[in-house]
Amino acid sequence: MEAAVEAAAGRDGLVRTLRDTRLIFLRYVRQALRNKVGVVFGLVQPLLYLVLFGPLLSKVGGVQGAGGGNTWRAFVPGILVQLALFGAGFVGFGLIADLRSGVVERLRVTPVSRLALLLGRVLRDTLMLVVQAVMLLAASVALGLRAPLWGIVVGLVFVALLALSIASLSYVLAMVTRVEDAFAPLLSTVTLPLMLLSGIILPMSMAPGWLDAVSRFTPFRYVVDAARAAFRGDFSSAPVLEGAGVTVALAVVSVALGAHRFRKENA
Amino acid sequence: MIEARGLARTFTGKHGTVEAVRGVDLSVASGEVVGFLGPNGAGKTTTLRMLTTLLAPTAGTATVAGRDLRADPAGVRRRIGYVAQGGGTDPSVPAREELELQARLYGVTGADARIDELARRLELDGDGLLRRPSAAMSGGQRRRLDIALGLVHRPPLLFLDEPTTGLDPQSRGNLWEHIRRLRDRDGTTVFLTTHYLDEADALCDRILIIDQGQIVAEGSPAELKRRVSGDVVTVELGASGASPAQVADRARTALAGHPAVREAVVLNGSLRLTVDDGERSLMGLIRALDEAGVELAALRMARPTLDDVFLTVTGRSLRDAA
Ligand SMILES: Nc1ncnc2c1ncn2[C@@H]1O[C@H](COP(=O)(O)OP(=O)(O)O)[C@@H](O)[C@H]1O
Ligand SMILES: [Mg+2]
Repeated sequence: MEAAVEAAAGRDGLVRTLRDTRLIFLRYVRQALRNKVGVVFGLVQPLLYLVLFGPLLSKVGGVQGAGGGNTWRAFVPGILVQLALFGAGFVGFGLIADLRSGVVERLRVTPVSRLALLLGRVLRDTLMLVVQAVMLLAASVALGLRAPLWGIVVGLVFVALLALSIASLSYVLAMVTRVEDAFAPLLSTVTLPLMLLSGIILPMSMAPGWLDAVSRFTPFRYVVDAARAAFRGDFSSAPVLEGAGVTVALAVVSVALGAHRFRKENA
Repeated sequence: MIEARGLARTFTGKHGTVEAVRGVDLSVASGEVVGFLGPNGAGKTTTLRMLTTLLAPTAGTATVAGRDLRADPAGVRRRIGYVAQGGGTDPSVPAREELELQARLYGVTGADARIDELARRLELDGDGLLRRPSAAMSGGQRRRLDIALGLVHRPPLLFLDEPTTGLDPQSRGNLWEHIRRLRDRDGTTVFLTTHYLDEADALCDRILIIDQGQIVAEGSPAELKRRVSGDVVTVELGASGASPAQVADRARTALAGHPAVREAVVLNGSLRLTVDDGERSLMGLIRALDEAGVELAALRMARPTLDDVFLTVTGRSLRDAA
């Protein structure tokens, strides 16, 4: 009897969470689209990477381990991960604006699912990033990227999960710091080493032993390596499996941290 | 509607601990408009945030709108509306979108009709007002939008934190009208905070005066004022012949024995009397002064204000404390 009541409550809770997640997701999608300048630059930015950095690729084409036949295959996954790191890293600023305007408290006084307040935002961020990534991939193909379609799709899934994780963590940081002045320096302190250690620009296989060892402790390295392997078409290779494990684990831990933070009373 | 016992909240931060609220007891009946009056930093917002489930109390218990605050916060949330001190709208989101989201989150059926109804009642139905984002609204319009957001789900209990702070006098008066109507028309219980004396006086059936995290006085505005013994009568003295000081002294001697006078002090050449039942005793005072041959230039009587009440219970003026 009690178990049945609990199960019903649990099911209601789930329905409520899904419904609220959709509502919050739509609110923030609309918010993103309302910002016309943001939309334009969000789409132009990935292309800038390609246009301003791509031409250098012909010079590093011969570098050992940089992708062999097609340098774009090594370069594009790195740019995708960087896009996720910076694009999703900054979403915390939006939360700080909502904390300041009182939107966060207003929503928290309603019966809205606390988890939905996180998931709705994070899913919006993930969607935005996937759109940008698709733009970037299309442009790369036009510029010379050759990779199997399935490889590209798998790479996109990695990037989507990464964006989900980074967005959650960005919200956690924003929630803890609560003001831009504290959030901004913390964010750059965290993202810069992560980017450098991930082998985004050049593969970590080129790094000296100690640097290579350090980079093995950062999650992005595995994601970049996995996306590169996927772009080569080696789906069953060790990097892809490792990358999948690391990415899923990172997503679970990040969302759990975010959910915990959003449930806490002063969140 | 609200029963709170020993509600307390301590903040621990970098700069030490702050006992923002220290053991507040309060009871609010259904249909009442109750005001929390106190200077800035008295603990009004902190108390409200506890009662609205936003902040966990460090001690105490409360039942809000029939639900236990700790055991059933979700139940409390469904039954209350809360309008925060600084509002709660995104400056760039069109007002109607904010209202629609709010209605959906509360599961309001017939959301569109409800939004139109609220817009009409709160005078937000003017030319395309709801299509505007709150950044493009006047202070008064924004405040009414905040209130509409708090009322979407027809809560029996509405919390308003400093509803008119920062508004011009005309918008304040207009907002007071709307708040009064909430109770008169819908029977909504309203719990508001303010640091304006006139606002507490004009709106509230009952006032709780809060200072440094504790309730220091409670009652209807009239009751509270009655607690300040008597009315204040100021007598300006005519200065023919004798020196003003002598005249004042003579006047004080003449009145000191009068049964209605509790206190008589000379202040800047005029005589300040604290008098029981001022209106009735005024004639007697004038006669007594006349008999003593004291010439009167002017006479003023003032009812005690809530500021006098605050002064009596805390020893400080609310104006200074704020
Ligand atoms: N989040 C917080 N952290 C630390 N101190 C706080 C916090 N919120 C309020 N306070 C302190 O608690 C006291 C009461 O504040 P508040 O409830 O906002 O007063 P009021 O609303 O009456 O002006 C103040 O001294 C304030 O500085
Ligand atoms: Mg306050």
